[in-house]
Amino acid sequence: MPLECYFCSSIVIIDQAHTGVLLEKEKIMARPVRFNIHPKQPDIHDNIAIAEMPDGLDGEGYFATSLEKVVALGRKNSLWPLPFATSCCGIEFMATAASTYDLARFGAERMAFTPRQCDLLMVMGTIAKKMAPIVKQVYMQMAEPRWVMAVGACASSGGIFDTYSVLQGIDQVVPVDVYVPGCPPRPEAILDGFMRIQDLAGNESLRRRNSEHYKKLMGTYGIQ
Amino acid sequence: MTNDTIQQKVQEKFGAAVTGFEQPYGMLTFEISADKNIALLQYLFEDTDLQFRFLTDLTVVHYPNDKGRELAIVYHMHNMVDNQRLRFKCFLDIQSPQIATATAVYEAANWQEREAYDFYGVNFLGHPNLKRIQNVDEMDYFPMRKEYPLEDQSRSDKDDEMFGRGGSYN
Repeated sequence: MPLECYFCSSIVIIDQAHTGVLLEKEKIMARPVRFNIHPKQPDIHDNIAIAEMPDGLDGEGYFATSLEKVVALGRKNSLWPLPFATSCCGIEFMATAASTYDLARFGAERMAFTPRQCDLLMVMGTIAKKMAPIVKQVYMQMAEPRWVMAVGACASSGGIFDTYSVLQGIDQVVPVDVYVPGCPPRPEAILDGFMRIQDLAGNESLRRRNSEHYKKLMGTYGIQ
Repeated sequence: MTNDTIQQKVQEKFGAAVTGFEQPYGMLTFEISADKNIALLQYLFEDTDLQFRFLTDLTVVHYPNDKGRELAIVYHMHNMVDNQRLRFKCFLDIQSPQIATATAVYEAANWQEREAYDFYGVNFLGHPNLKRIQNVDEMDYFPMRKEYPLEDQSRSDKDDEMFGRGGSYN
């Protein structure tokens, strides 16, 4: 007959023949901490992140909204990142993509190392001047729409490397959407930066990439 | 074989061309006139006693205050049989930094001389491919020479005050 011990709240066995007397062995073996006394049943209905529905006209059996909002919904929740990791910020990114911080929660678990499939260029780490043309080439190989995130002090501004060989911020060669400060930034900061990119992707007008303003911006970087 | 016997042999062979023998931290170090560098490398390589057949390092130091001999080309040699090391230097005038290439004796000198050219502008005569190796090709100066500032001169958004220099710090 199992009962809880009065002193240490562990389960003890009461000998049926000598009711009220604890078995000596069980008393010694009793552990003060136990796990899973009341195992939790998994509840998948609470644990799945579901994207919010965009604004629209809702009725029985139909839902109407604008194409722009549907496209934005799809884009922002399945951004494919291209990790361009050159130093310690890249290590933080690996933590961000791993299980504890889990970038997959934001629909971005699909890293690709070919720029042609990617939406988001994440530049993490020091970019030497000699590597600047490669960053630009990778950016130019990406298809529109494309976003760029500069992670860490070096990618944003050259950081501590105020020296002849280091590019003083990747915005000298490619347009940057979000800068994540830190040296290196913690995974939370990278996630926050990623969510800002999601905001940009979610609120972007479908025609933005054809606008004069955007073409002018590209023109300042010599990209057609 | 000791440092002293090596010194003796080198002095016998090269006479007044080798000077300034010393042994900092037990490593034989001396200077040789710049036109004798290949002859010395060849001698160290071919002599059956010396057998310095490994070029560990080839580098340059800039001494801006040493007029007429600003650039020191430093060769580090290793005898792998007796585990002996030595170091010798050739001094060049920065106005005409020219010296014969060590690639004639060691293929390994190829990249090291390119690096020395890249950072200090030393012209290694007879080098098969003397062009920049680490810096961008467009660079138009030799960044490790001390007349050039370390910082990137193209930066426009950094406030010197914030970096402890310039402005009120001068």
